[in-house]
Amino acid sequence: MEIAEIETTIKNNLVKVDTNALESEAIYILREVAAQFERPVLLFSGGKDSITLVRLAQKAFWPAKIPFPLMHIDTGHNFPETIAFRDKLVKELGVELIVRNVQDSIDEGKVIEETGKYSSRNMLQTTTLLDAIEEFKFDACIGGARRDEEKARAKERIFSVRDDFGQWDEKKQRPELFDMLNGEIEIGQNVRVFPISNWTELDVWSYIEKEEIEIPSIYFAHKRNIFLRDGLIWSAEDDVVFRAEDEVVEERWVRFRTVGDMSCTAAVLSHADSIKKVVAEIRDSKISERGARIDDKRSEAAMEKRKQQGYF
Amino acid sequence: MNVLKIATAGSVDDGKSTLIGRLLYDTKSLTDDKLEAIEKTSKQKGYDYLDFSLATDGLVAEREQGITIDVAHIYFSTATKSYIIADTPGHVEYTRNMVTGASTSQAAIILIDARKGVIEQTNRHFFINNMLRVKDVIVAINKMDLVDFSEEKYNAIKADFEKLMAKREYQDQKITFIPVSALKGDNVVNKSENMEWYKGQTLLEHFEDLDRKDIFNVGTPRFPVQYVIRPKTDEFHDFRGFAGKVYGGELNVGDEVVVLPSMTKSKIKDIYFYDKKYKTATRRSSVTITLEDEVNVSRGDMLVKVGDLPTIGKEFTATVSWMDSDKLTTGKKYVVQHGVNKVLAKVDNIHHKINPDYSGVHAAINGLEMNDIAQVTFKLNKPIFYDSFKDHRTNGSFILIDPQTNTTAGAGFIN
Ligand SMILES: Nc1nc2c(ncn2[C@@H]2O[C@H](COP(=O)(O)OP(=O)(O)O)[C@@H](O)[C@H]2O)c(=O)[nH]1
Ligand SMILES: [Mg+2]
Repeated sequence: MEIAEIETTIKNNLVKVDTNALESEAIYILREVAAQFERPVLLFSGGKDSITLVRLAQKAFWPAKIPFPLMHIDTGHNFPETIAFRDKLVKELGVELIVRNVQDSIDEGKVIEETGKYSSRNMLQTTTLLDAIEEFKFDACIGGARRDEEKARAKERIFSVRDDFGQWDEKKQRPELFDMLNGEIEIGQNVRVFPISNWTELDVWSYIEKEEIEIPSIYFAHKRNIFLRDGLIWSAEDDVVFRAEDEVVEERWVRFRTVGDMSCTAAVLSHADSIKKVVAEIRDSKISERGARIDDKRSEAAMEKRKQQGYF
Repeated sequence: MNVLKIATAGSVDDGKSTLIGRLLYDTKSLTDDKLEAIEKTSKQKGYDYLDFSLATDGLVAEREQGITIDVAHIYFSTATKSYIIADTPGHVEYTRNMVTGASTSQAAIILIDARKGVIEQTNRHFFINNMLRVKDVIVAINKMDLVDFSEEKYNAIKADFEKLMAKREYQDQKITFIPVSALKGDNVVNKSENMEWYKGQTLLEHFEDLDRKDIFNVGTPRFPVQYVIRPKTDEFHDFRGFAGKVYGGELNVGDEVVVLPSMTKSKIKDIYFYDKKYKTATRRSSVTITLEDEVNVSRGDMLVKVGDLPTIGKEFTATVSWMDSDKLTTGKKYVVQHGVNKVLAKVDNIHHKINPDYSGVHAAINGLEMNDIAQVTFKLNKPIFYDSFKDHRTNGSFILIDPQTNTTAGAGFIN
């Protein structure tokens, strides 16, 4: 950096508010949620996007605490690191954490566990989520979905209205003009809110780096027992992912780019063991983030279908 | 990093989706798996070339019919900027989508098929981008490969478009012409080897050069209060912070301000962004402001600088863009959402409908149908604090919410 450049940087930090369009937009959205809804909740998965949301919420309401609880829909197939991380974060923030388990929905017979090679609890989450929304009468659920993740998500609004059945009607979406967000709903309906809609994966990682936000260790390169299937790398360390007899286990340096349900989250080969190296790797990466999500590969329209049913 | 939002406009098949796909491809923003999916589908459909529109058309119906139905947002970045492009369907019925896309954009691309030239719909696309006061407009004359990359053809279309420009209301809008082939990649990211006669910038070069200062419309500072922060903790016992986003200009510590509607005066004590204090809140930053005096401020109130008051009134006339299948008629009641402020409004008078293609107005009409644009006077149950849209894009615009269905039924731009 040139000296003049360093000087302006220092000066700007002291004098002018140091934010960018995406961060200020997200903070604006979170404040609209707190103001327009009676019972909002932040859906917390333990992944980097929801961790970023938590930081943005801290910024939006400081010096007050975040004025809504966090809720985790636990598939029971989470990476243990994610759960430990979640509990520590919630304690630091002093906010309420609600946990609802997919296992309970299975035990109550509301959903049926999938079986076979590609079985996953990802689809089952929807039922548990919708039940929890009804139980707590949540009228706004804040999520970390981004439009760059997937084609159907690219059509999603920032305030996305769901009917009593939690369903998304892509043809009846409200137009969103300028900064104005219309959160008017009827009893029984709820709004899914996506404050980081306009962020890309790289934006999130760069933000985590700049803000020095702590994230679970599985995002960084580590040695793990894995096996290969359909060109994807699966963890062989827990019994969650179905593995056939002929699928050979080997130890490799890997990290995860998303930390969804273990049964549908593949790893990537990587030696990036610091946030700086991760950001550099993402910048050069030639595979999209959801390329490692088997749930999207089921069909071209997989996400659209799940969204219509009430999935996030 | 700077973020540039760009809206696209063009008729069906003019090549919007292809152009965006091409931008992604040539900036190496398409990842291997996405590219593979495009290659696979293009082959299945029996094409000789890659169909980049597949990169953006996301809904099942869109892929089946090969058209874009809903606004899609596409993201890519270069070393200098992050780009967000809205792929807005350009069919006649979709005025609504175009208005929506243009409302959040600082720049727009209007596509013209070189074989067809300026058509009725081009007037429409230009009218709307001009009405929404989008600062920077690119007229991309596409499919140049199908007219032998002809300079004469390009010049003739440019001359036709310039005739339209004479009619525009917002004369300061910056307009740039670029001959392109979205399919083959000429002048999108890379300079065309087929059009040596064109000496200007490529589409991406043009956007890369747009300066941040340039892209936002400047006005006077307006601070609509979104939320009052009262931590009620021992450490911040008396803290009362007003949270909101700064529009139009900057606010500084020490500025004398008026609180609307109470008209109480005070001074800005501190400007917080998260846990740090700053001297200046920059345009479009989400900050928290505290005042020197204990004044009553709640959501929907507005802080403005002394001597810089907006209009405070219970009646206004605006250009309305109607977006709902239920008609807007005289006497009907709506909720006007102006920024974060909501008031009840009654349609007092529909003056005339404006044809969004520079072909004039209809005087006698009895209501507005979806996609209509008209001059409408509203009466409100409470005053709002507004500017004219031409002076202040944020504080001069509003949406209309139908209280029966809760849907966003229209948008308006105050005279
Ligand atoms: N020859 C040629 N064909 C093009 C060009 N741009 C788009 N097309 C074709 O025009 C058709 C419509 O394009 P599409 O991007 O779907 O248009 P949209 O409806 O505006 O999104 C497709 O068959 C494209 O391959 C171009 O520059 N040259
Ligand atoms: Mg299209």
